[in-house]
Amino acid sequence: MATEVADSHGHGDVDYNAPYLTAGKGIKSWLLTVDHKRIGVMYLISVILAFFMGGMFALLVRLELFAPGRTIMSAEYYNRAFTLHGAIMVFLFIIPSVPGALGNFVLPIMLGTKDVAFPKINLLSFYIYVIGATFSLYSIISGSVDTGWTFYTPYSTTSNTSVVSMVLGVFILGFSSILTGLNFIVTVHKLRAPGLHWNRLPLFVWGMYATSIIQVLATPVLAITLLLLAAERTMGLGIFDPALGGDPVLFQHFFWFYSHPAVYIMIVPGMAIVSELLATFSRRAIFGYFAVAMSSLGLALLGFLVWGHHMFTSGQSEFSTMLFSGLTMLVAIPSGVKVFNWTATLYKGSIALTTPMLYALAFLVLFTIGGLTGLFLGALNTDIHLHDTYFVVAHFHYVMMGGTVIAFVGGILYWWPKITGKMYDEKMAKVSWFFVVVGFNVTFLIQFIMGSKGMPRRYYDYLPQFEIYHKVSTVGSWMLLVGFLILAGVLVKSLKSGPKAPPNPWGSAGYEWQGTESPPVFQNFRETPTITRGPYDYHLCTEAELFDGFPEDAPKEG
Amino acid sequence: METLQLPPQWSTFARQTDWVFYFIYYLSVAFFVAICAAMVYFVWKYRRKPGVMSEPSGHNNLLEIGWTVSPLVLLVFLFHVGYRGYVDLTMPPADAMEIRVRARKWAWDFEYANGGHATVLHVPVHRPVKLILSSEDVIHSLYIPAFRVKRDAVPGYYSTMWFEATQTGETDFFCTEYCGAAVGTSEYREGDPNVGREGDRRHTGHFSMIGRVKIETRAEFSTFLESILRPPTDPATGREVSPEVWGSLIYRSSQCNTCHSIDGSAMTGPSWRGLFGRSREFVDGTNRVADANYLRESILQPNAHVVRGFNGVMPSFAGTLRDQQIDALIAYIRTLR
Repeated sequence: MATEVADSHGHGDVDYNAPYLTAGKGIKSWLLTVDHKRIGVMYLISVILAFFMGGMFALLVRLELFAPGRTIMSAEYYNRAFTLHGAIMVFLFIIPSVPGALGNFVLPIMLGTKDVAFPKINLLSFYIYVIGATFSLYSIISGSVDTGWTFYTPYSTTSNTSVVSMVLGVFILGFSSILTGLNFIVTVHKLRAPGLHWNRLPLFVWGMYATSIIQVLATPVLAITLLLLAAERTMGLGIFDPALGGDPVLFQHFFWFYSHPAVYIMIVPGMAIVSELLATFSRRAIFGYFAVAMSSLGLALLGFLVWGHHMFTSGQSEFSTMLFSGLTMLVAIPSGVKVFNWTATLYKGSIALTTPMLYALAFLVLFTIGGLTGLFLGALNTDIHLHDTYFVVAHFHYVMMGGTVIAFVGGILYWWPKITGKMYDEKMAKVSWFFVVVGFNVTFLIQFIMGSKGMPRRYYDYLPQFEIYHKVSTVGSWMLLVGFLILAGVLVKSLKSGPKAPPNPWGSAGYEWQGTESPPVFQNFRETPTITRGPYDYHLCTEAELFDGFPEDAPKEG
Repeated sequence: METLQLPPQWSTFARQTDWVFYFIYYLSVAFFVAICAAMVYFVWKYRRKPGVMSEPSGHNNLLEIGWTVSPLVLLVFLFHVGYRGYVDLTMPPADAMEIRVRARKWAWDFEYANGGHATVLHVPVHRPVKLILSSEDVIHSLYIPAFRVKRDAVPGYYSTMWFEATQTGETDFFCTEYCGAAVGTSEYREGDPNVGREGDRRHTGHFSMIGRVKIETRAEFSTFLESILRPPTDPATGREVSPEVWGSLIYRSSQCNTCHSIDGSAMTGPSWRGLFGRSREFVDGTNRVADANYLRESILQPNAHVVRGFNGVMPSFAGTLRDQQIDALIAYIRTLR
C-alpha cells in the first residue's frame, strides 16, 4: 500500500511512518508537497498573515474614528483602509480560513484516508490562492482600492484606484475556493474508510461538505461578475454603468448572488468546528446529530435564495423585496436548530472548560446575538431604517467575527496538539480568550445602538452625537489587539518550548484523535482504519479507554 | 419622543417601525437570556467531575420537531408586520406634495414644484411629501432617521420615497450609499452647502453628504417657497448671482433644456442659440422679431405664436415661473449668441 502511494505522489524518498512534519526535509519538501497536512499548515500560516494584515487596517479605521474630523489620515486613505480591511478579511482570510487550513488538515484524517481525492489539485489550489493574494496585494501598492469590498457599480467602474488588479485577484482566489470545494466533495464521497457510513460522519465533515457545495456552485457567479466589471472598466462595455447603457442594480444582483452564499461559506465551517468542540469537551454526542448535519445543508440551500435582502432600498421590485424578506426569515430555522441542539448537548454532559471549549461557548453566545439581530434586518420596515448603518456592521461582525473567527481560533487551539505535536499554555490562552471576547463585545455591541440611532456606515467623519459610541468602540478594538497578541505569544511559545502532546490530550472520541499520533505520520494511519462506531460514541467506553483507545477500535491497534 | 435605541419619532411611519423593532428586540432578549441561562446552568451543573461520565445523548423527535416548526409562527408574524409597514412606505398618497431630489458627488439638491431649489430639505408638517430621487453619477441613498425612511438614488433611474412629518423641528439626513471622497483634501466643490458644517470646508465625500431637514408650519413653508425663487447665492462672493447665471440655472431646473438646445440644434422646440433679436416666422404666416416681450409671451402663452416647422406642444409656465425668473431666463437667452 505504501509503495503505491509513493508512486502516485512522487515522494519515493519519504518515510511514510515518520511524523509528517519531519518526513521529508528542506523548503522544497514543503513547497512541492502534496500532503494535505502540510498544505493545511501552509494555508494556516497564510490566512493568519492575512488576518493580521486585515486586522491592522481595522485598527487604523477604528483609530481614525476615535474622534470626529481628521484623526490620523485623510478621507481618501480612510476609504482605502476600510475597503482593504473588508476585502482582505473576506477574500484572503475568512473564506479560505477554515476549509483551507483546518479542513485540509483534519478532513482526510476524519475520513480515515491518506489524503484528499486530488492531492495535486489541492496543492494547485494553494498556489492559486497565493497568486490571487499577490494580485490583491499588488493592487494595494499600485494605488489601492477605495470601492468598499462590495465593488458596487458605477462607483467601481469610475473610481480611479486600481480596481482591476484587486478584482482580478479576487477572481483568481475564487478558483482556489472552487478547487478546494471540489476536492472535499469527491473526498467525502469516495474516500471514506470502510465502515464510515454517512451517519457516522463527524459534523465537521458535514459542515465542510455543505460549504464545498456552496463554493462549487456560487463562486463561478462571482467570477463572471468580476470579469464583466473588469471588461467594463478596461473595454468600456456597457453592462453595469448607466452612462454606457448598463444597469447598476444588476451588479448588485450578481454580486450578492455569490456573496450571500459566501456568508454561509464563512459561517457554516465555524459551526462545523463548534460541533466538534462541544462534543469533545462535553464528552457527549451532539444532540440531534441528524438535524445538525441537515441544518448545514439547509443553510447552504437557503443561502442561495436570499441574496435580494441586501437590496431592499435599491429599487428592486416590491414583489422581489417581499419574497426575499420571507425567505430570509426561514434562515432562522436551521440556525435555531443548531443553537438549540448545541445547548441540549451540554445537558448531562461532562463539561471541561478548556480554552477551545470557552471559545465554543463564546461562539454560541455571540452567534445567537448575530442571528437574532438578523431578524431586525429581515423584517422589512425595520431594515429600511437600519440598512447601511452601523447596526448592519455590528450584525455581520457578530456572525463573521464573533462566529467564524471565534470558532476558528477555538479550532486552531483544539487541533493545535495534533497539528504541531505540542501543547500550549492553557492559562495564558484563557487570558487571551478573555481579552478577545470582552474586546469584541466592547467594540461591536455599542455599534448596534449607534446604528439604530442612525449612524451610517463607511463614514470618515460623523456628527457629534455619535462620538461617545465611536470612542468606546475604538477602545474595544485595542482590547482585541491585546487579546490576539497574547494568543500569538501563546502559540509561538508552544512551538518553541511547548510540552510534547500525547496522541489524544483531550480524551476525545473523534477519529482524528483516536486513530493517529500527534503529529500524525506522513500517511496518517499505519494501516487503513475500519470504522465500527460513531465519532461521538462516548457511551461505548470508560474514561480511561477514551485516552487508551476504544474497545471497538482495539483489533486495529498495534 | 426619543426611545432608548431609536431616533425621535417624527413621521407617521415611526411608531409602526419602532413597534416592530421593539417587538423583535424583546423577543430576542427573552430568547437570548433563556439560551444563556440554560448554557451557564448546564456548564455549572454538569462540570467535569472525577469518575463521572456523561450520559448518552441521542435525539428527541418531538422536541426537535417542536423547536424546528414553532419558530415558524413567529417568523411568519414578523414577516407580516414588517411587510405591512413596508407597503405603507412604498405607497404615497395621490395628493402627496412632490419634491424632486437630485444627488451627485457630494451634494443633494431639492427642487420644489415652483422651480425653486434648496439644499436644506424643507417640508411642511402634517402633509404627505413624495420625493423623486435620481443620481447624476454613482449610487447615493437618502436616509432620514427621524422619519425611518431610506431610498437609493440610482443613476439612470427614478426612485420614490414618501413620508408625513408629525411635528415641526429640525433633524438630520444622511447619504447611506458609499460614494467616495474628494481626492486631495483641498478639493472643494462649488455650491456644496453641506461641506464644512463645522467650519472646515476642505473635507468632502460620502460622509459630508449630509444635511438638515426642516419641518415647518404651513405659513413657514409658504415663506420658504417664496424665498427660493430669488436668485441663489454664489458661495464664492457671498452675493446673489447675476440674472444671466440664474437664468442658466433655471434653464436646467425648469427643464427648458429637454426641448430647447443652446447649441443651435433643433429639438422638440427651437434652439435658443442666436434667438434673441432674430426675426421669427410663424405657422400662421406672420413674422415678429424675438424681443423680450416675444420671449415673455412664449413662456407664458407658448401657443400664441408657434414657429414654423414646430408643433405647439409647449406647456405654459404661467404660475410656475415668476416675473423675476422670466427676466433671468430672457437675460440668459440674450447671452446665447
